[in-house]
Amino acid sequence: MNEAVAVEDARSFKELKKERLYAERIKIHPKAIKGRFRTIKWAVLIVLLGIYYVVPWLRFDRGPGVPDQAVLIDMPGRRAYFFWVEIWPQEVYYLTFLLILAAFGLFLVTSLAGRVWCGFTCPQTVWTDLFMRVERLIEGDRGARIRLEKAPLTQGKLIKKATKHAAWLAIAAATGGAWIMYFNDAPTVTRAILTGNASLGVYFFFGLFTATTYLLAGFAREQVCTYMCPWPRFQSALLDEDSYVVTYQKWRGEPRAPLRKNQDWSSRGDCIACNQCIAVCPMGIDIRDGLQLECIGCGLCIDACNEVMARIRWPPDLITLDTERNQASRAEGLAPVRRFVRPRTVIYAAILLAISAGVLLGLAFRSSVDAEVLHDRNPLFVRLSDGSIQNGYTIKILNKAREPRTFELAIEGLETARLKASGREADAATPILLAAAPDSVTTHRIYISVPRMALSDENASLWLQLTEPATGQTTRHETVFWGPE
Amino acid sequence: MATEVERDPVTGKPTTGHEWDGIKELNTPLPKWWLYVLYGTIAWSVVWWLLYPSWPGINGYFGGLLGYNQRQAFAERMASADAERAAFLERLEGASLEEIASEPDLATIAFAGGGAAFADNCAPCHGLGGAGQGFYPTLADDAWLWGGTLDAIQQTILYGVRSDHPDTRFNEMPAFGAMEILGRGEIAAVAEYVLQISGQDHDQTAAERGAAIFAEQCAACHGEGGEGIRELGAPDLTDQLWLYGGTRSEIVQQIHAARHGVMPAWTGRLDPQTIKSLAVYVHGLGGGE
Repeated sequence: MNEAVAVEDARSFKELKKERLYAERIKIHPKAIKGRFRTIKWAVLIVLLGIYYVVPWLRFDRGPGVPDQAVLIDMPGRRAYFFWVEIWPQEVYYLTFLLILAAFGLFLVTSLAGRVWCGFTCPQTVWTDLFMRVERLIEGDRGARIRLEKAPLTQGKLIKKATKHAAWLAIAAATGGAWIMYFNDAPTVTRAILTGNASLGVYFFFGLFTATTYLLAGFAREQVCTYMCPWPRFQSALLDEDSYVVTYQKWRGEPRAPLRKNQDWSSRGDCIACNQCIAVCPMGIDIRDGLQLECIGCGLCIDACNEVMARIRWPPDLITLDTERNQASRAEGLAPVRRFVRPRTVIYAAILLAISAGVLLGLAFRSSVDAEVLHDRNPLFVRLSDGSIQNGYTIKILNKAREPRTFELAIEGLETARLKASGREADAATPILLAAAPDSVTTHRIYISVPRMALSDENASLWLQLTEPATGQTTRHETVFWGPE
Repeated sequence: MATEVERDPVTGKPTTGHEWDGIKELNTPLPKWWLYVLYGTIAWSVVWWLLYPSWPGINGYFGGLLGYNQRQAFAERMASADAERAAFLERLEGASLEEIASEPDLATIAFAGGGAAFADNCAPCHGLGGAGQGFYPTLADDAWLWGGTLDAIQQTILYGVRSDHPDTRFNEMPAFGAMEILGRGEIAAVAEYVLQISGQDHDQTAAERGAAIFAEQCAACHGEGGEGIRELGAPDLTDQLWLYGGTRSEIVQQIHAARHGVMPAWTGRLDPQTIKSLAVYVHGLGGGE
């Protein structure tokens, strides 16, 4: 090896390392396709985008002085409205349950039928699909787009590109605008945005979601799924040999070879190596390599393959939805089996049902009153002039109704206790009545005292009960009474 | 050849060529745009340096192009908070103590503001929440030396007790023993009587002797039955709360040479709204009358 070659080698090695350690983006130009999965995808897209854009405009009458938007997260007002459900910040755990439901829903669907979420319903997929449709309308299909990409910058190319980006930005702005409407009154905020009177915060989030939609659906696309999203990394933990996933039937397709005239099929597989499955794939992968992290399970390769099979009059579904177990059986000529009921699907479904039932029951029996009782920390107790022990408490009444209410306060569990509030002591004839302002939290100070001898221990449990005399509605809260050692 | 990309035989993936104890690192390349995002954030940090105070210098620091200053920002926030409170402070100033206590929103403001002022100014002696400590009276109980109404509490806060203010609350219990007004036996007898009226164990014959001395020497301030006289700040001796202790020896000690606490006058040190708020707060601690 002479010196020149060694230098050449070193340089190429350096370049190779550069290449290899950071992956170059390979632009994907997915081809248009018609078929069963494409139809489903369009239907899902129309329904989901319809829901997203229309829902903020739905009205729901809640009476005067209350937002009449059916779905609204009112941040300054500290309330979330969902039709007849109204959530206080204290009840944010409903959101937690909703997230748990979403997670288990995702687990169940994935273990049954692979990444249905990714391929059909994920916002990234839906908006990317929409943006690709617009791109195709303006720049043409795969071949035309590849040619346009390589063509020198002419006026025609410039017009096409500008039109595309304008259309994308319009969709992105509508998306960002719709997001704002879930947090503001839709007609008001729309008018404010259009007349330039909206707050800086509104414009910021409007701009933010416009920008993210434009960038993620227009440019980042499959990079989001491959590099940014944690979900693809989970899938191997959720899939098993009975999960239906997009599968290339290797036993039937291989060995692949291009189609010849008067083809003899006896010594070859069904795959004619037309590569249409790659051409339509929005992730730019080859499904014939088997299940892989990048596959979002959208099924467009199935549509593409079936179209080709129909054209050459050969049986369809060379690429199909199937399980690993069935593929093994089919390869050996055995009958396939469906196993939807498996321990993991049963467990996921059971958890899903249990949490759904819990959330529904919780919402159905949601009380319109709640309270928090805080025992004074300092002093824990004081001695009164007659020798008895007094404890102070702060009681916060959460009145979730829209009218002012009054609650009768009573102690349970501590005999001989005397109750003092609003500057007077309770007696049998005139119990302590605490006012609760409408739709807000009202704070009261209350004092409980007991004779020294009545306390057998350093502290004692007691319950404070609030009862609305008019309706009999009650809420009960445990607290503690402290005395000297 | 170095240019050959080595492949891992199991996964078929290329390796980085790095090897540790026979384990070779698989090459899973990061997308280039991700690297550029990192460079972008580094570039952004430079922008941040330029916009905001950053580099220290010998005679100060580089203040940033935006001229941002935390001290100034703090002053602005405080000014805006003061502006928001101004309306309430005005109402507090105009309202009587009873009006403040009876209007829920004013009472809430006064209680919260009074609590903050109490923690700053009063808690060092009276304890947080008026818990009391040592010879500083508990403010959360129902025994008041100078009265527990809103007005009486405000009066005490304004002018103090034995303070240097001309309007201060003042009393002084004679040092009966130290000034040789009473003999040791007489003091012991009065102490027995005080034990009797406060419902504690006592010597009956000594207490009877003490009762006569009490009527002569003590009742003028502490009342006929020892129930105390608020106007004079003379404590109730029949209840179970004692500022300087209620045992025999502690009572004897107090008769012999009384100790007297001092509370400063707060008028002039705190503004009238704060003193009103403090009165409302102390009144609401559990023993207000």
